[in-house]
Order: sequence, then structure tokens, then C-alpha cells
Amino acid sequence: MKFGVIRFPGSCDEVDALLACRRFGDAELLWHKDRDLRGADAVVIPGGFSYGDYLRAGAIARFSPVMETVTRFAADGGPVLGICNGFQVLCEAGLLPGALLPNRSLRFVCRQVDVVVENADTPFTRACEEGDRLSVPVKHTTGRYHSPGVSEEEVVLRYAPGQNPNGSQDDIAGVCNAERNVMGLMPHPEHAVDPLTGSADGGRLFQSLALAQPAGAGPAVAPVR
Amino acid sequence: MRARVLIRPKEGILDPQGQAVEQALPALGFSGVRNVHVGRLIELEVDDLSQVPQMCERLLANPLIEDYEVMEAPRHADGGAKR
Repeated sequence: MKFGVIRFPGSCDEVDALLACRRFGDAELLWHKDRDLRGADAVVIPGGFSYGDYLRAGAIARFSPVMETVTRFAADGGPVLGICNGFQVLCEAGLLPGALLPNRSLRFVCRQVDVVVENADTPFTRACEEGDRLSVPVKHTTGRYHSPGVSEEEVVLRYAPGQNPNGSQDDIAGVCNAERNVMGLMPHPEHAVDPLTGSADGGRLFQSLALAQPAGAGPAVAPVR
Repeated sequence: MRARVLIRPKEGILDPQGQAVEQALPALGFSGVRNVHVGRLIELEVDDLSQVPQMCERLLANPLIEDYEVMEAPRHADGGAKR
């Protein structure tokens, strides 16, 4: 399994994402001007402030050269995971339903939250079971998910009851597309891959992607649960 | 020509910025203020004003959460934008 982690000008979580991926497979950084995913089996769009979040978070990044390739990769069924700013980019690109609005509090929130796995039948959550609670941090100002048309099947993660940090509709923390090969979430699983930092639960998403590797493409990664 | 694009949060979408301003004004002694919404203004020099709505749909606004309004902006006396 090879992960490609995209770095935009203004990304800031790409190295943590890269290191999280490397716990479960090979991983390489891709630059926003790349038009080639260099053989990546899965793409991760990390958190940060791509292009300074000018205009709206993710609005400019979606037009970067690499996103043309990512859009084709996703259309061909390739798994794409967007974290925080990456989620905003995927929504702006129309690869995921909905949009992210400023937090209800208008404040930056930075805290550990529990999210509940609502759908374990995706390439991103198959190392989990429905109802599992994962402890992961959030840190954002523009994380209030809004989507008039999102379906229940597209909801992958919800903030645990009483823990919605931003006013997201129906406590939604992470969604996928109808085909389930593109997922975005506001919490940061890449910051929760080692017990040293309080939780290793976030690793389950990267582990899921490694398990989701197509048959015959290489050795399967042993589960670490 | 100079175009002016007004972008507002779509009706029905919670606008905490507007609410914060609405609550701040009475604290300063201004009464009778209602329905405050905070959006943004984009001014741009264009050859063809009729292209601006498309620019809004694709980049300047996010039609899922924002409404936009395009108009021709008055030129400044020096013929350009005042900075």
C-alpha cells in the first residue's frame, strides 16, 4: 500500500499525515503542482491553510494542478481522504457533499473529542465496527458542516453526544461520497496514532485504507487492534 | 468595466457573525437593529460583465451556502480602483 500525501502552500499537517501513513504502508509527499500521483494507491489531503484560506477555506486549492489528477483518481474509484482543510478542499471540489462554515462559536476550537463510527463499510473505516468510539483531536475555526442533501449512508462519523465542537448539522464529523471512495472529516486522525499523545485511535482510518488495498497489489498489513 | 459582487450567507443558514454584530450594536446604544448579516464585497475590473455570474458560481461564491449579487461599480475619478 502506498499513500500519497499532498502538500499545498500553507499545508501544515502533511508531515504528521505522512508519518501516520508510514505506520501502515509506504508514503510519499506530493506537491500541489504535481500532475502525477507517483503510483499512490490512496491519496491523503492533509490539514492546514492551503493558499492561505483566501476567499474561502479550500476554494483556491481545488483548482491546483494536483487536484485535476486527484479528481480523475477518485472518479476511477481510488480512495481519497481529506482531513480538516483537506475536507474543505474536497467539498469545494464537489467530490463530497456539503460545505464547511465558520464554527458556531466563531472561535478556534482545539480539543480532544470522541467520534462514533456510523458506517464501517467504507475503505476508511473497515478496521472499525459501527458504534466504535474514537478519541481524536479537532483544531479548526471553519468546521461547521452543512449539507442540505447529505444522505444517512454518506455519514461516516458523528461527534459523540454532547461533544459537537462547532455546530455541525446532525453532529456530523465525517462524510463520504455515494461511491464511498472519498471521505472527509474535520477531526485529525493523523495526530492520534501513538498512545504517547493520548490516543492511537486515529490510526484505525489509515489501517483501514491499508486493509482496503486491492487484492494482488502486495502483502496485506497485519491488523494492529 | 468595474464589477461589484456582493456575497451574503444564504437565508436560513446560521450566521453567527451577523448575530454577534446584532448583539453588539445595542450594547453601544443603537436600538432597532434587526437581521444583521455579514458577507463580503469583491470588486474586479472585467471586459465582460456578463461573465461575472459564472465566476461567482465557480469560484467567488459557494452557491451551496452563499447568495451573490453582481452589479456594475462606479469608477473612481482616476479610472482605477482606489487603494
